[in-house]
Parts: sequence; C-alpha cells; structure tokens
Amino acid sequence: MRIIYTDLLCIGAGLAGERVAIEAARAGFETICLSLVPPRRSHSSAAQGGMQAALGNCIKGDGDCPDVHFQDTVKGSDWGCDQEVARMFADNAPLAIRQMDHWGVPWNRVVPGKSCYYKGGEKLEKEESEDKSGLITARDFGGTAKWRACYCSDGTGHAMLYTMDSVAVQHGVQVHDRTEALSLIHDQERCHGAVVRCLKTGELRAYISRATLIASGGFGRIYRASTNAVINEGGGQIIALDTGVVPLGNMEAVQFHPTGIVPTDILVTEGCRGDGGTLLDVNLERFMPQYEPEKAELASRDVVSRRMQEHMAKGMGVKSPYGEHLWLDIRHLGREHITTKLREVDEICKNFLGVDPAESLIPVRPTQHYSMGGVRTDKNGAAYGLKGLFSAGEAACWDMHGFNRLGGNSLAETVVAGMLVGRSVAGFLQEEDMRVDTALVRGELKKQQERIDTLRSSTRGEPPFEVRNRMQDILMDYVGIFRNEKDLHLAVEKLQQVLQSAENLKLSSSGAGASPELSLALRLPGMVRLALCVAFGALERRESRGSHAREDYPARNDRDWLVRTLAFWPGGRALPRLEYEPATKVVEIPPGDRGYGGCEVISAES
Amino acid sequence: MNRKLVFSIFRYNPQEPGSSPGMQEFRFEETENLNLFVALNLIREKQDPSLQFDFCCRAGICGACAMVINGRPGLACRTKTAELPDKIVLMPLPGFRLVGDLSVDTGAWFRSMNERVRAWIHTDEDFDPDAPEVVMDNHVAEQIYELDRCIECGCCIGACATAQLRSDFMGAAAMNRIARFMLDPRDKRNNRDYFEIVGTDQGIFGCMGLLGCQDVCPKNLPLQDQLAHVRRKMGRQALKNILPWYRN
Repeated sequence: MRIIYTDLLCIGAGLAGERVAIEAARAGFETICLSLVPPRRSHSSAAQGGMQAALGNCIKGDGDCPDVHFQDTVKGSDWGCDQEVARMFADNAPLAIRQMDHWGVPWNRVVPGKSCYYKGGEKLEKEESEDKSGLITARDFGGTAKWRACYCSDGTGHAMLYTMDSVAVQHGVQVHDRTEALSLIHDQERCHGAVVRCLKTGELRAYISRATLIASGGFGRIYRASTNAVINEGGGQIIALDTGVVPLGNMEAVQFHPTGIVPTDILVTEGCRGDGGTLLDVNLERFMPQYEPEKAELASRDVVSRRMQEHMAKGMGVKSPYGEHLWLDIRHLGREHITTKLREVDEICKNFLGVDPAESLIPVRPTQHYSMGGVRTDKNGAAYGLKGLFSAGEAACWDMHGFNRLGGNSLAETVVAGMLVGRSVAGFLQEEDMRVDTALVRGELKKQQERIDTLRSSTRGEPPFEVRNRMQDILMDYVGIFRNEKDLHLAVEKLQQVLQSAENLKLSSSGAGASPELSLALRLPGMVRLALCVAFGALERRESRGSHAREDYPARNDRDWLVRTLAFWPGGRALPRLEYEPATKVVEIPPGDRGYGGCEVISAES
Repeated sequence: MNRKLVFSIFRYNPQEPGSSPGMQEFRFEETENLNLFVALNLIREKQDPSLQFDFCCRAGICGACAMVINGRPGLACRTKTAELPDKIVLMPLPGFRLVGDLSVDTGAWFRSMNERVRAWIHTDEDFDPDAPEVVMDNHVAEQIYELDRCIECGCCIGACATAQLRSDFMGAAAMNRIARFMLDPRDKRNNRDYFEIVGTDQGIFGCMGLLGCQDVCPKNLPLQDQLAHVRRKMGRQALKNILPWYRN
C-alpha cells in the first residue's frame, strides 16, 4: 500500500484548510490538502451574504471597530465563547479581509452619494461620504450594532474560495481531491498522519505528516433537513473523536438558520433580511417586531429561529404539503437590487421554487445550518489531546462562537483562524520533528483494510442508507430547536440502538472501487457517535444558552453552566464521556443581557 | 396520476472486474417538484446502491453535478423532471476522465487549467498589513464578480466541439478566467503576458466559434462576449508581435 510523506497534511480544502496550507507553503513546507471534492466545490463556496470585518467604511458602519465586533460576537455567543479567542478574531478580521482583497476578491465598494435602503418594511435614505469612495463596503446582518458584513453580491464564499484556491495553486499547495480520511495515525500522544481512502479508485493509502490539520467543515448532514452540502457529514470530527483522546467541544450547540427554503432546505442568505426583507405569517403580517421590538428580523439567528417556531406553534404558520412554513418578503427591495445584490437568491428561488422573488413571497422555515461545536483546540488551533494535530474553521471548536454564531462570522473565522492557526502550524513545523514507527502505520492501515473487507463480505446486517435515515429522523424529531428531557432521553436511547445497527451493516452492492455504499458504511458508525455527542450533551446541559433551548430549563444559568462541554469517546463505550471546562478564562465582558431574545438569566453571583 | 419515468443511465465502473460500458434502465414514479438530485439519490437508495454520481451543494452553487441530460450538458441538481419527457437519458460529461457511471474527474482538469492559465493575481506589490485596501471603483468590482461567477462545472467543455476534438484545448472556462484577470487592475500582467498563455490554438485561436458553451452555461456567463473580447485583444497582440510599429 502506498505511503505518502509530507510536512503538513490538511484534511479539508475549503477556506480554512487552504488558508492554513498557504501559510505553511509560504514558510517553505510541503503541504498536501485532502478533499472529498475538488477544492472549489467545498462548502465554503455556498456562503452567500458576507464576511464580518470591522472596517467601518460605509456610513452605516461609521464608528465601527474591533471592540464593537468583539462585543457583538460575545453577546451573539450568549457568553459561551472563549473571549480571548473572540478578541483575537475581531482584532485580526480587518487585516484578513484586506489580504483577501490583495489576493483578488472583488469586494463590493463604497459608492459616494445618496441612496435608498430598507429597514424592516420602511424605505430610508443614507449618504455615503466621498472620502470613503472605493473602499470595501458592508451590509447589515443580524445581531450586529453596525453594518459590517463585507460582500461580493451574495456569492461571497464563492468569490473568496476561488481566490484562496488560486493562491494555493500559485504556492504549489497540492490537493489530493476525492479522498477521505478514515482514521488518524497516532500513539495516544502524537499524531502521525492519516489513513485515507481514494474516492476515485477505492485504494487505501497512508499519509505520514509532521503536522495534521482537520478543516473538514461541519456535520449538519446528521440531520435529515440541513442547508449543508451533502458532504458535510462530520468526517473530520469523527476521526478526532475515534482517537479516544481528542475531545469535541460543545457538540450540543447546533445552529438553525431562519431562512431555509421549503421544500429542499436550501439556504437563502441573511442578507435578505439585512437588506430590509421581512418575515410574514399566514395573514401576511410581520410578526418579529412584536417579539423583538428592538432588533425585529435582525436579532441573532437562534432568537429569530425560536420566534418563528413559537409563532408557528400559535397556528400562524402557512400549511403546505411539505409541512408548515412562514414567508420571507423581499419584493419591496426591487428587481434591480435583487438581480445585482441578491442574485444567488434570485437564481435559487427561480430554479428550485419556480418563484420570482421580486414578485412573490419565499416559503422559509428554520433549518439546521451550522455546527458551533467541533474539534476542541487551544487558542493556537492545537487540538486537545494529541500533539501535532490542529483544527480550524467550522470543523473546530476554537471557540469564538460559543452557543450561537453570528451571520458572517463563519467566513471571517475561516480566513482569520486560517491565518493565525497557519502561523502556529508553521512555527510547529520549524521546531518539531517526529519518529515514525512503521508498525504503527501498518497497524492502522491493516485495521482500516479489515473494516472494508468485513463490510464487503458481511452476510448479515442492515442496509447503510436505511440506518442513516433512521439516525437523521431521530435528530429531527427529538434534538431540534426546542429540547426537553423526555425527548432527549428518547433520542439517546434510540441512537444507541442505531449505533448497534451501524456497526453491523450489510452492503447490497459489491463495494468495489469508489463504491458510494461502502463510503457511507465506513462513515456511518462515526456519524451516529457524533449524533450521540449532540443528543447526550444536550440532555446533560440543564439550561438554555444560545441555540440550545431547553423547555424544561428556560433560563441561561451562569451560576452552574458557564462551561464548555468536552465529549471524549474512548473505545468500547456506549456513550461519550463528558467533561466540562470554564467557557472562558479571560473575561472582558462579564455575562449580561444580550439586548434581544428575552431569556431569563440565573446570574453567577446568585 | 403521476408519470412513470424511465431513467436510462450510463453504467461503467472501471474498478469492478467484469464491468463493461452500457446503459441501464430504472423505473421511477414522478412526484411533485421532483428534480434529478432527489431522483438519483432515491434510485441509489432503493434500487442500486452502487450507482455513482456527484452532488455536493445541491443548490446550483458548487458545479459538482454537471452531466449530459437528454443530450444536453446541465446541472442535475436544478433540473426538474417536469421539464423532461418520460424517458430521461443520463450520460457522464464528455471531455473529462470517467470515475464511474455519471461521475467524472473535473477536479484534475480544472486544476491543470488554472495552472496553465496562471489564474492568480500577478503583482510585485507586497501586502501591507498596516495600510487600508487599495481603492477600486464599485463598477469594476462588479464587472470582475460577473466573470468570477464561473463554478467550473465543465458544461462549457462538455458542449465544446474543439474540446472534444483535442484534449489540450483550454475551453471557454479558461478564456473567461483570463478575461476576469484582464479586467482586474490588481493583476499587473499586460497583453504580451496574456498572449504567452492563450495566444495559441490550444487557447483562444482554437475556438471555432460554435458557442455551445454560451448556450449551456448554467450561470449565464457572457462567454460569447468574453471569447470575442479575448480574441480581439490577442489578435491585435499577434499583429503587434509581428509588426512592432502597429498600435492598438
């Protein structure tokens, strides 16, 4: 079997993975990125509305600075984030965006003079100043005090990813696309690389690397309905958890985006509401102002999603063959605005709903969207538990998002964390050598080959697709936006049964080559373990914070739960082992009122 | 009464001993709003789990799922069965190495294209972390974005007669990419530099002007205009290379 040596192995070639790779390549190290798909198809490309960076160029962002961005981020996280990391993030975002500009991203710019904009349904006027003409402009997003989301129409992630990959090509970063890491090679102390399956041929290979990065994105596809790409099945988190020594942080913190379209669950950007779009109910009336007088449609995502769910529970939803939904109205923004600033939304509505958003309402409901949890790292991006293992982007729990991520902060995280973690990886590579134990490498290859052989020859067991569907339905039914002890208990119990099925699968195809059925069968037990980390973490966290809303514990409890969950899964256990650490060591802003959401708080002093 | 659809799908798995290329039929009852993403996944789940195809974002954003649908290259995720007759013939996109069934290796092709076109900003200026960004007119930014919208799905290559005749032809995606960098004031290359890259018959002079690319581009990129624009610029540059006193 083939063994490939490199300095840095990046598992994932989206924005975060490639940004780290570029930093290492520029420092002179050999770098290989693995990717399930060609790098430019990574899910980063689907980020639409914008990237938060406190440039303060546009008039509605006047006076913005990293301090304000930091405050918004901490409030958005419902004080679940690591404030030292959030501070590093906010301080470095302006630099990171200017570097992306230098590399070629065509950011929209400030156009001086008077222009109209909408807030809620109301038409207002603003005047951009002459001296900021041609600098990077921004739009409004939820949970922010200033207009801060810098954008390229609503294809911001696409434009950033294409630019990032062009720089990766320029610096000779190699990408081995259509490959999937099946396990990490490690000795419980040091990570030595990964065992990888080629998704073109089915071949197994070992990659031996002095440093290994997990930047494989989120795991939204453990849910049946998700805005995520079909590749977001948590491969990176799975191989980290499988080591038994690397914990996943805050897996119960799952974001539901207010505007997934019905049916198909495709995202339409928060920029719709940022640019003045409104949410309407069955009577075609705006309802958000009655719940959130201050922020209305532009409260944080967790809050807007909860309010939508509450409103539908009152019978104010629109019935459809695909379940209940509400309406997103952007008609008043006008066709010109929609076809220039929201053109992906325009295309999505026309192609997938058969609806012209300049004329008609868009059916939407809250849909799984983002994983705040992931591979727990320190502020330098080094994973807990294994030396030489790093993580960045959505795959990681770095942790600047806490229990709710603000819109536009994920694109920003990919390039800021990519830059900072990239530096720490390059520093690590300058210093650290490694002794390779070939028995360890052969042993791990053999283990994975045996898994494949067992699956291909198995005569008893269930079909992988059915077992996956069962897992997805359990999460939809019992681990959604509102949670309670009874449902979560049921979810954990049922998922444990599903785990047993997932460990005894039977293929109905031969499993030859790049067999999609075999790929799923190899991934599925890990996906169910991730689902159990989410459900069990949610069951144990007896409070409500950010996206984690417990009907039976509706208050945010800073006295007992100002902590981060760490889920470990040592081999042979039926459930993860949960530990807790303080949410933040550095406290710049003590826990307080978010200014939206109206959640009761049990204070740390009580 | 729902239509009974017949999917005729190209099958060949080069990794499976004994597999030989051919068409296989699957029967499938149409449901409301059915698209090829849902249909193909259900066929794989319920009828044949070995069926290979590529989807990623399933929202028409990532370009993974290009294939030939009843004779025409297009994105499967945003093709509704309602737009198609009862019989739906699916073939892999030509011009790319076959991985298996409907899955083709676009990644290697586009990486190689981007290396050949040297598709990145060429500049001697170092990034200054303490300086504000360089000013750009918003209209210019929007023009660059217009061309930057290419999703490298490969439809334009699949529909290109020249690309089918010669595998080294760079195709409309590459010409569009070059046009994008020509527009960008941050890229300091001049026409002579661009001519070195695309001033050949593997580049702009290989285009026969059939413009199948423009017809099938799922992002409606103005490929015809870009091909004409690059050809005009490179034609003038060619003249200049021969007649040094010729001025544009």
